[in-house]
This record gives sequence, structure tokens and C-alpha cells, in this order.
Amino acid sequence: MSDQFVFAMEVTLNGLMAGVLYALVALGFVLIYKASGIFNFAQGVMALFAAMTLVGIMNGQVPFAHLINATFGTDLHHFGWHLPALLAIALTVGVMVLLAWCVQRFVFRHLVGQEPIILFMATIGLAYFLEGVADLMWGSEIKTLDVCLFGETGCLPQGINETIDTVTYGWFGYGFFIDNLDITATIVAAILVIALIAFSQYTKQGRALRAVADDHQAALSVGISLNFIWVLVWSLAGFVALVAGIMWGAKSGVQFSLSLIALKALPVLMLGGFTSIPGAIVGGLIIGVGEKLFEFAIGAPFLGGATENWFAYVLALVFLVFRPQGLFGEKIIERV
Amino acid sequence: MLDASEGYTTADGRKIGGVVMEMKNITLRFGGVKAITDISFDIREGEIRAIIGPNGAGKSSMLNVMSGFYVPQEGEVWFRGKPRPQMKPYEVARQGIARTFQNIALFEGMSVLDNVMTGRLTHMRTGMFSQALWKGRAEAEETANREIAEKIIDFLEIQAIRKTPVARLPYGLKKRVELARALAAEPKLLLLDEPMAGMNVEEKEDMSRFILDVNDEFGTTIALIEHDMGVVMDLSDRVVVMDYGKKIGDGTPDEVRNNQEVIDAYLGVEHD
Ligand SMILES: Nc1ncnc2c1ncn2[C@@H]1O[C@H](COP(=O)(O)OP(=O)(O)OP(=O)(O)O)[C@@H](O)[C@H]1O
Ligand SMILES: [Mg+2]
Repeated sequence: MSDQFVFAMEVTLNGLMAGVLYALVALGFVLIYKASGIFNFAQGVMALFAAMTLVGIMNGQVPFAHLINATFGTDLHHFGWHLPALLAIALTVGVMVLLAWCVQRFVFRHLVGQEPIILFMATIGLAYFLEGVADLMWGSEIKTLDVCLFGETGCLPQGINETIDTVTYGWFGYGFFIDNLDITATIVAAILVIALIAFSQYTKQGRALRAVADDHQAALSVGISLNFIWVLVWSLAGFVALVAGIMWGAKSGVQFSLSLIALKALPVLMLGGFTSIPGAIVGGLIIGVGEKLFEFAIGAPFLGGATENWFAYVLALVFLVFRPQGLFGEKIIERV
Repeated sequence: MLDASEGYTTADGRKIGGVVMEMKNITLRFGGVKAITDISFDIREGEIRAIIGPNGAGKSSMLNVMSGFYVPQEGEVWFRGKPRPQMKPYEVARQGIARTFQNIALFEGMSVLDNVMTGRLTHMRTGMFSQALWKGRAEAEETANREIAEKIIDFLEIQAIRKTPVARLPYGLKKRVELARALAAEPKLLLLDEPMAGMNVEEKEDMSRFILDVNDEFGTTIALIEHDMGVVMDLSDRVVVMDYGKKIGDGTPDEVRNNQEVIDAYLGVEHD
């Protein structure tokens, strides 16, 4: 087997795993879009907010410390405790549910029946507002995220996976570099997707959620509260954001550039369609693999590299021209 | 004013009970358009009550007021002896009032069975957390609800299409599935907006038979809107006639048929 081919295989594997994270963010978009027709620009910021909240809670940071100190002349920074990760994650989920409720109660409840573009603008407002709140609550410095589920053990693994390295060396005479964190992220994302599908297929709330995604009038007529479902769906999206936030945060630190990953979800959605969960996953994987392979085969040798910044968008654009509804999206039929 | 306790016996010998729902002086406006002007009538336990009238008379608007989709500017809706506070449509549904729509509102992406199952949602007790914790109980509930849904599917003779996605069904069958979903809620009051519109003669006959059977076998109180005078006369115990948002007649089919104002309205503005 040629060296080039073996390298390409490694690149593909790494691309797949990068794609998992794109898919995770895209999944949050799809959930909200399906149930309410809102394109939630704030999904990436929600991941940032969730990750910052998790770090803050784990480290016993006092929320809004700067604001409190400036107002009352105090000097608070830390509660002086460290919370176990599991408890901190549970509390963060609570915060995300509260956020979902607030978003519905104070913003979208007042915008029912508005044009999609107005709803979209509202989510842009929400994105910047939330970014500001995150800054005010937890400060803007870059934080590291080390999640250990059981005290000192069950930590998110970092670094090269030795097994894969050894095995591939045995096969090809070249050891693949696959990050343990990426492998974990892939497994967690897979579990999350299976759980979401089970939820929507087999629970009362899941059935109600599918009903709302299909037809609002009909959903009302069978006794479903749209408000409840929308809070639920924003909560789910918040939970997905938390998972994405943990994985990205563990990988590259919790910092404000995290919210930019939301932009990578855009081409993913153009590929996968805005209404399809399988689409979000496959779209994410295609973008992940596509940009890594392109960089490897064409970008780095011929174009001076850094093509990962724009390749996804160009790919999505090409796709948009030939299949506007995405891979799995519903067919767009012009009403005449 | 009618006493809620008194009832009457129909020509075919069915016992009609007390008042289930009463509309009191309902007025509904859309901007400058008065869709309903000061209309009152009641619906009694076990009866089939029709609302008829020419196009744009305000029939659907009335049904939307009854099911909470529209909020009238004036008047009160009484349900089971109590004035109903302003409610969201889903709250009305949870009170035991099921409905169908003139333009059909089904979950197009779901199968017939899944659609009918959504009609059971108001009867499902277990929430998502208990569902995760007590899997057995959730499964038992699912099975019980499933049985009721299947029974209704059999009753309406749509077994053959139970797994078919609704989007692929012809219009007449969609109407029937919508009725099935409403019935699955085991409603105390069933509201049907033109259940036979757009059907051919045979489909209309089937639908008429189903409506009569539902009323007969489950004792369900039914209010229905219909254009076809002949169908209405056959089906209903009492009829409200609307024209330009006003009530111009109310009584048994025979009484209404001989009412001069009703005859004029139908002759004068008959469109179809
Ligand atoms: N949501 C709405 N907004 C504005 N006007 C409405 C609305 N719903 C109904 N109307 C108006 O109220 C009037 C009565 O309409 P409605 O649909 O109740 O009549 P209908 O008796 O059901 O007619 P049809 O036999 O055609 O179904 C019409 O003038 C209609 O345009
Ligand atoms: Mg109508």
C-alpha cells in the first residue's frame, strides 16, 4: 500500500471525528428548527455558555463576581470549593433548562406567528446577549476544562491512542495518530443521538414533539401545549450544546472563539438539510472528512494550506446549487 | 333559559340529556369583519347538533370559538354547567373536546396509526422521567392506549392503511383518519368541521354511517358543520342555521326546513 494512501486513511479518520463535533452542533440547530421553524443562530453561543457555566460551577467560581464586587465593593471570586463533575454537569443542565424557559417566556412567546426572518434576527440578538451574559457571569479569560467523572478517575482522556498507534503500525508500518478525546467524543455523540431518537420515538413527550414538528394546529387539537414543547426542545438543544461545549472545551480550551463553531454548522446544515437529524450527522461527517482530505491532498501541497477555513463553505455552496433541500431535507416544491 | 336537567326524546327514540355546552351571546370580529354576531345556542348530551349556512356564514368561526382556537370579543362559553375561562386550544382539548378541521390537519409525516395514537396523548399519564424509570408501567400504558387506537381503526374500517404514511392517502381517507384521531381521545364532545366536504357520494354515505354509529355506540355528543342540506336532515337532531354571522334558525330539521328566513337565505345566496 502506498504511503499516500495510508496517510489519507489517517486523515479520513481524523476528519470523521472532527465531523462528529460539527454534527453535534448542527443537531442542536435541527432540533429547534424542526419543532418551531426558528433558525437558532445562538446554538454555538449556547455551547460556549454551557461550557463556561460548567467550568465556573466546577471551580466554585462566584457568578457575576466582577459586577458584584464593583457594586458592593466586595472582593468575591471563589466559593472555595470544587464540585464533582457529575454534580456540576447536573447543575449546568439545570441552568440550560432555565435558559430554555427564559428564551421561550421572554422572547419567542411574543413572536409567535412572525416571519422567519424576524425569528432569525431575534436569535442573533440572543446570541450576542448570551455572549455578554457569559462574559459577565464567568469572565472572559480562557479556561481549561478537565472533566473527571469520579473524583480522580473517569477523566476525559487526552493524547494519542496507543492501541490504534500500535495496531496500525503493525499493519502499515506507520502508526496512526488518533486523539483519545476524539474517540470519546464520537462515542458520546453516538450515545446522545441514540438517546434522542429513542426519546422521540418511544416517549409521550417525544411523540408530542414529533407532532408539533409536523403540524401546529393539529398538535393543539390533540391537547399538546406548544409552549411546553418549545421549552423542551430548547432544553434538548441546550443539552446537546453542553455536550458539544464539553468536547470542544476539553480539546481547545473554553474561550469565546468556541461560538464560531456555530458557523461551521451552517455548511453542515446546507448539506444535510435543516430538518433532518440523520442529515446533520452525515453532513457533519462529510464536511469533517472533506475539509481534512482537501487540505491534505490539494490545500497543503498546492494552495499554501489553511483551506479548512473556507473549504466547507465552498462545498456547501456547490451542493446548494445542485440540491437545495440538502441530502435528506424535504423536497422544496414551489406553490403556485 | 333551558334547564340543564331536562332533556328530550328524539323521533327515533334516543334519549337526549342535559346541556353539555352552551354558547351565550357570542360575538366575534376580525378587524372590521363581524364573523359572528350575538349568537346563542346549546348542545345536549348525546345529540347530533348541526350548524349549517351558506359560505362565509361564520360556521367554522363558531367551531373555532368552541374549541378555543378563536377568542370571542363578547359572550361566554359554558361547558358542563360552568362558564369556561379563556383557554388555549390545547387546554380545551384536555377538557375532552376533540375536533377535526375543514382543511384537514393531520401529521402528514406519520403513519395512520401514529396519528391516531396522538389522539391518546391527553390520556397518557406517565411523563418522560417515570417512563425511563418504570419501563414496565410505561409499556403497559402504551399497550392499553394502542389497543384503544386499534379498536377505533377497526371501527372506522381503516385497518388496511394503518401503517401507511398519511401524506400518501387520498382526500377521503384523510378525512376518516382525522375522525379516528379525534375519536381516539374518547371525547365528551366531538366537533366536526365539514366531515364530508369534497367526498363522492359513496364516501359521504360511509361517513354519515360512521357519525351515526359513533353517536349510537359510544354515546358521543357531536356538533358538526355541513353544507349538504340533505345530509344534515338525515343526521342531525337539531340544527342551528347561520347567515352572515347571525343565527337565523334553530330547531329540528323539519322546523328549520320550513322556516321562511332559512329558505330565503339558502335560495338567495346558494353558491354551490
Ligand atoms: N382567521 C381569520 N381572519 C380573518 N377573517 C376571518 C378569519 N376566519 C374567518 N374569517 C372571516 O369570517 C367570516 C366567516 O368565515 P367562516 O370561515 O367562519 O365561514 P364558514 O361559514 O365556515 O364558511 P365556509 O362554508 O366557506 O367554510 C368570513 O368573512 C371570513 O373571511
Ligand atoms: Mg367553514
